[in-house]
Amino acid sequence: MPVGKFLSYDPWVNWAWLSTHVPLFESALQQHLSLTVFAVLGGLVISLPLGVAAHRWGAFRNPVLAVSGIFYSIPSIALFSLLIPYTGLTALTAEVGLIGYTVLILVRNVIVGLEAVPPEVIDAANGMGYRPLARLLRIELPLALPAIFAGIRIATVTTIGLVTITAVIGLGGLGQLILRGLIENFHTPLVVATVLSVALALVADLSLAGLQRLAVPWARNT
Amino acid sequence: MGAKHLAVGFLVSVWRWFADPANWSGSEGIPQRLMEHVQLSAESVAVGAVIALPIGIALGHYGRFGNLAINISNVGRAIPSFGLLVIAFQVFGLGDLPIVIALAALAIPPMVTNSYVGLSEVDPDIKDAARGMGYRELTQLFRVELPLAVPLVMAGIRTSAVQVVATATLAAIIAGGGLGRFVIDGIAQQNYPMMFAGALLVALLAIATELSLSGVERLMVPRGLRLLRAPVQSRTTTSKAA
Repeated sequence: MPVGKFLSYDPWVNWAWLSTHVPLFESALQQHLSLTVFAVLGGLVISLPLGVAAHRWGAFRNPVLAVSGIFYSIPSIALFSLLIPYTGLTALTAEVGLIGYTVLILVRNVIVGLEAVPPEVIDAANGMGYRPLARLLRIELPLALPAIFAGIRIATVTTIGLVTITAVIGLGGLGQLILRGLIENFHTPLVVATVLSVALALVADLSLAGLQRLAVPWARNT
Repeated sequence: MGAKHLAVGFLVSVWRWFADPANWSGSEGIPQRLMEHVQLSAESVAVGAVIALPIGIALGHYGRFGNLAINISNVGRAIPSFGLLVIAFQVFGLGDLPIVIALAALAIPPMVTNSYVGLSEVDPDIKDAARGMGYRELTQLFRVELPLAVPLVMAGIRTSAVQVVATATLAAIIAGGGLGRFVIDGIAQQNYPMMFAGALLVALLAIATELSLSGVERLMVPRGLRLLRAPVQSRTTTSKAA
């Protein structure tokens, strides 16, 4: 029982309650993080080949971008609800939806990154005798990395926000605690979980930015 | 739950829900819920625009605080809309006020960033030419810079509007109206046909918002820019990455 319920005055953060409930936040944070990591990695696995295919076969490109733009506007809560009859109130429902959104963000950035490779570089690679696959793996994809990294950062931060909404379908990581704060009319879990979610997004963004500097040292200005 | 819903039977029950005249009338019918949803969203976008557009336009016009204007979108993305909505509910209590405040707050960052980028990307040579022709600052802003920035300003409004329509669905969790009622009540009462139907309606409304606002966006591109179609399109895509 939250102490706050018995006080006439409910502070925004009840530190005494918080100090005895740290494990609650730890496990929520853990679930939040694993849902996010899985969604971004899954999105990457799908969007890399999709982006490469859309880049190679030009006829594919505009339909892929148009369809992904339209799907991206579907609200996450609606998407989860459309999946529930098929996959239930499970992590699968959450992941299918979350991966869907990361794919839509990432595929765009993969295409933009590949398109930004200068034609002279492709010419030079061809002249050096690169075959298409080797050229893709060793020249084009590395040069597209800055754009792909930008996509990974946007996808990660967006997913961290979206995960909170999966509380409505019984998951939610930190969103579970936001919902609890609402239901019990108790400020502490609500405020702390919201702040932690923002902090998690910012920390993830900064660490990915650091990783990007290590992985693509030639594009430090982005 | 599970496999039996995969069957046509479930979709038939969704169809029955849509076909039931009771769901099309009264204060809990589809038309009323749709109106609530659109009204909440429109109010929130309008409030957000009144705050965001002057800031973004002023920052872009003077070319100041560019980092702030661009990064506000990144910070906005990090704020969980669900948490913001519930906190607004705790502060302001029941009713539309907390919903509109939270949704307007969510609508602000994309509009600031896009209008900033739109205004700051106006070619300095064009501004020089306007000055040379004797335009004063405000005339130059309204008759030269703003028309050139319209595609990006509108892209910002569209991004915000789609996001607000989506988040307005969550308003049902804090006892708000709108189409989210069908979804949230459907989940709570395990009335999955109603939930599914509500989710379909919300998805369609969001897609309709996206498509109609990109239509408006295209109509509002000034003729001079339409003649230079290619550069406009490249500018619009960069805004989406931002």
